[in-house]
Amino acid sequence: MASQAPAAPSAAPAHGWRSSKLPDIKLLMWIFLASDIMFFGTLIGTYLIYKGRSLTGPYPLDVLDIPLTTVSTFVLLMSSFLMVIALDALRKNKIQQFRLWTFGVVFFGAIFLGFQIYEFNHFVDLGLTLGGNLFGSTFYVLTGTHGVHVAIGILWLGSILVSSYIRPWTAKDEVYLEVAGLYWHFVDLVWIVIFTLVYLVDFV
Amino acid sequence: MQTHRWLRPAGLLSLLALGLSGCEFAGPQSIFDTAGPIAEAQRDLFVWSYQLSWIVVIGVFGVMGYVIWRFRQRKGSDAIPKQFHGNTALEIWLTIIPVIIVIAVAVPTVRTIFATETRVVPDEDAVIVNVTGYQWWWRFEYPELGIVTANELVIPTDRQVVVNLDSADVLHSFWVPRLAGKRDMIPNQNNQLHFTADEPGEYYGQCAELCLGAHAYMKFRVIATDDAEFDAWATSFQEAADRTVQADPQIQQGEALFATKGCATCHTIDGYRDDVRVGTPDFPNLTNFGLRNTIAAAVVDNTQANLEQWLRDPQSIKPGNRMPAVWDTNDPNADEEIAAVAAYLRSLGVEPATQTQASIGANHGDR
Amino acid sequence: MAIGRQPLRPAADVGLLQRPTWTEGLVSWLTTVDHKRLGLLYIWTSFMFMGFASIEAFLIRLQLAAPGNTLLSPDVYNQMFTMHGVTMVFLAIMPLGTGFANYFVPLMIGARDLAFPRLNAFGYWIYAAGGLFLYSSFLLGGAPDAGWFAYAPLTSLSNNPGNGTDFYMIGLLIGGIGTLVTAMNLIVTIFSMRAPGMTMMRLPVFVWMMLVTSFLIVFAFPPLTIALLQIIMDRTFGTLFYVPEAGGLPILWQHLFWIFGHPEVYIIILPAFGVISEVIPTFSRKPLFGYPVMILSGIFIGFMGFAVWSHHMFTTGLGPVANTAFSITSFVIGIPTGVKVFNWLGTMWGGAIRFTTSMYYAMAFLFNFVLGGITGIMLAMPPFDAQANSTYFVVAHFHYVMGGGALFAFFAGVYYWFPKFTGRMMNDRLGKVAFWFFFIGFNIIFMPQHFAGLMGMPRRIQTFEAGIGLELVNLISTAGTFVMLAGILLILANVIQGFRAPKTAGNDPWDARTLEWKTTSPPQHHNFDEQPIALDRDALWAEKYPEHAHPDDASAYEGMDFDQGGIHMPGQSWYPFAMAVGILVASYGILFHNFVLAAIMGVFVVVTTYGWAFEGVGGHHVHPNKTATEGAHD
Repeated sequence: MASQAPAAPSAAPAHGWRSSKLPDIKLLMWIFLASDIMFFGTLIGTYLIYKGRSLTGPYPLDVLDIPLTTVSTFVLLMSSFLMVIALDALRKNKIQQFRLWTFGVVFFGAIFLGFQIYEFNHFVDLGLTLGGNLFGSTFYVLTGTHGVHVAIGILWLGSILVSSYIRPWTAKDEVYLEVAGLYWHFVDLVWIVIFTLVYLVDFV
Repeated sequence: MQTHRWLRPAGLLSLLALGLSGCEFAGPQSIFDTAGPIAEAQRDLFVWSYQLSWIVVIGVFGVMGYVIWRFRQRKGSDAIPKQFHGNTALEIWLTIIPVIIVIAVAVPTVRTIFATETRVVPDEDAVIVNVTGYQWWWRFEYPELGIVTANELVIPTDRQVVVNLDSADVLHSFWVPRLAGKRDMIPNQNNQLHFTADEPGEYYGQCAELCLGAHAYMKFRVIATDDAEFDAWATSFQEAADRTVQADPQIQQGEALFATKGCATCHTIDGYRDDVRVGTPDFPNLTNFGLRNTIAAAVVDNTQANLEQWLRDPQSIKPGNRMPAVWDTNDPNADEEIAAVAAYLRSLGVEPATQTQASIGANHGDR
Repeated sequence: MAIGRQPLRPAADVGLLQRPTWTEGLVSWLTTVDHKRLGLLYIWTSFMFMGFASIEAFLIRLQLAAPGNTLLSPDVYNQMFTMHGVTMVFLAIMPLGTGFANYFVPLMIGARDLAFPRLNAFGYWIYAAGGLFLYSSFLLGGAPDAGWFAYAPLTSLSNNPGNGTDFYMIGLLIGGIGTLVTAMNLIVTIFSMRAPGMTMMRLPVFVWMMLVTSFLIVFAFPPLTIALLQIIMDRTFGTLFYVPEAGGLPILWQHLFWIFGHPEVYIIILPAFGVISEVIPTFSRKPLFGYPVMILSGIFIGFMGFAVWSHHMFTTGLGPVANTAFSITSFVIGIPTGVKVFNWLGTMWGGAIRFTTSMYYAMAFLFNFVLGGITGIMLAMPPFDAQANSTYFVVAHFHYVMGGGALFAFFAGVYYWFPKFTGRMMNDRLGKVAFWFFFIGFNIIFMPQHFAGLMGMPRRIQTFEAGIGLELVNLISTAGTFVMLAGILLILANVIQGFRAPKTAGNDPWDARTLEWKTTSPPQHHNFDEQPIALDRDALWAEKYPEHAHPDDASAYEGMDFDQGGIHMPGQSWYPFAMAVGILVASYGILFHNFVLAAIMGVFVVVTTYGWAFEGVGGHHVHPNKTATEGAHD
């Protein structure tokens, strides 16, 4: 065994030795996201396998509204952009800006969710229900799971926003925002995949 | 190839000791007692892997035994053995050995897969049967012959049999060990299995996928006959609709009860009265019932006594099944009526003279 | 939304509940975040469930003692084998591995706890809740009866109207959450909390195997979770995922289940490999033979575990091309597995082997596992599988691998680590007597089942036909259960006797090689007074016998204070337990279609999440080398 030079003592955080420089919570989030890919992968796989197997309508082309969903997709994408700016502001200790942009993320996320609720209502009016046909079952469970992810993200970032008024956040706390941001970007990315595979491909 | 029961433990030992073909493992559901090329190929592959496995067993357990004996700590010795961490050359060799064994298994495996599992276009003279699994019986439909029957699959020997497998409810699996390995019956998936029987005989089949309830009793028989007998059997079915009820008064009474007791609500009999709606496809078709060797999905032999018991109390023969007990236990006419219905059913497809040996297996003495 | 080992904001005063500080009694166990206590809870709970599963197995064998037996009705029989399988896989053997990991991963890598102690506690409580939920089905309308892999459409509302299937689906779903979070926790722990000097290639093999296992869980459980969710939706909200009449594909369930289910096999067996890889070197007094190869083969087995799922489906009509592909990938897994067996033998070669009871179990593991591996290769041949699939040949095969393999390995672990758990020695002589009953009984039960399968006996049948050659093998098999039962009772006696033995074990009774033996038995709350340093692969061995190892130069670490400001011990918490209770009650709400209750409990779970996040750091500092052992709460 070659002798290994130990890391400098300064690398050790306040509470004991750490063998990884990546904060624990960030590593945990990465692993969770890897797992979440499998969750969405299974849901999307089910959707694709059942595509075209519905015995009765309405079928995707009957209900999907590309312009509307394009707008909501754009809103969600913009929220991701604001997330980046918010994190950057916190890193630079610009607390007011951090609060503003975080509020922007939450606000845009809520708009996306509003679009989704409207869309679901509209689809039900068009006759697409959870138990009506396979398209309904797979569509609602897939997009619904994504919607729950968005809702959790809104709750999480909203809590960060509120807590920043209880005790001010500083650049020291950036990892907690960064982790929430990782989650938010992931949820965004998943939506791009869903939007492409569920909405767009049928119209190509 | 019926072996005496006392021979079997001896067979077990000889199989263990010699690793040979395993013909001693005869039995109506044994995978060794093959009667067709598909089952034979599957058995041969197993025997090959079984023989190879002795190399592994002797090699590994031999070394293990030696190591355990040779390197046990001696009494009073507390010396620390040499701390070696590995040996690259040896490790490479030890990797190559399993690779060789795996290749030796894989090559015949792949060959056998394509020989036995490829979906076939039926031969010119193949018999095609659509098999549908129900909880807990089998529907056999011969689309080319216009025959629908249940629980006994009659086939000619030496001709390809192609079965298309479907299920009406949950999963089932079609398995006749002596003829071919199983294939599952899955809703919304068209599965096909093909096999050939080399010799006439009665082959046991059983459902091999859990379907709850009477799953353990969901058996069936494949009866292989020569071409002439098969044709006679088919003709008998095709003409069943034109046949009249036998003159025996008990049989006449049973024929009437079949409608009045409600049997006809579910069960079809070709040629039964025109004015009664007879049965639905989702229940066993009883046409030519007298030709069957067994009842209740091959659970008991088709005898007058068994059939009466089946009609009186179906759960006593096949727990969990869905056939209702039609007669009340205190119905004074029950015994007489049950006997009549049983006699009627057993008369179907059978000439009056041969009624006492009413099964085609018994007819040609192959049982 | 678990927030890490540090709170969102260090604001203890915001907490809804005070951090509890009981150190004894029931509350101390309900609120514990100590990995050793949670490890013991896992082990005890899994043995309790193993007891239940053994009773079910015993009843199954009694029913099959003779043809036409009527001891169990078909309905009850179906519940028995379903619950036996579900319990052994999800509630007994898998959590047993998790229990060992909880206890020993931190000790082996020289850490004080897992990375997320409260998350770890939550993992245990939600596993216990899932098990409780599943077993409550016996009292609430019947247990699941569709087999442990619950093939659709047997689980649809029309085919299975009772709520047993709901118990299965929801029970596994919530139990799976616990498995997932614990796996994630272990990965973070192994990456970030290794002792100074302990590089990845110095990790004890058990830790390595738990790392691979945890990654398997992270990737394998989601497909199962979604499949369970789909059935729950089908049964509760009328979706059509597995309704054939609406175009649903029952075969999809099989794919999703086995994409989970095959890695699950390795989730069970890899920790067992890890235990064996600790036991054999210790009792051979030699380092593991071919350590890098052992690690690589473990990773390779885990990776390939995702590429073989369809070998459970050879008879579903996938076609010859797919069957060939999955057959070959399955054969390929045989190669690293064979290499592992050779390397264990290579470890013993040239050693000075001490045959303790633990080593007996390790040898029995090798014997059983090789036999199970051979039948595994046989079953990987689709043409033979066409005959053997769904027969007692398969039953025999997986009992040799899961029971004779994994379970025997974990028993080796119990005997190996008992002195560490308790500070007491078990009676070796009684242990060996019990071992022989257990081992011989096991083989009497399962060896004849190979022949039952070859003679055409399908699995999961409540009775079998007389006169087709199945009576003798079944009778022998049933007789074996009594031998094994005697073994189990003797093992229990051995354990009870062990708990009454004096505390004479000392730190290191086996002259072992890894760091868990460096500390006291049982380990003190903070595990190590001083941060251990790994100067070589078998860190403790290198410390004890530097002349027999090639340790690093210890002077590089001199003067380094790894425990600045004392050892921080995490505070106890009510929230993991409360959250698990909330999820449990919500599950009953969903099962009984009481959605108001489910919603209320959903809100409760959200509240506990906030409580958890804002609870504050809590805990205390330990200064083992100073006089004060208890610091103030900070």
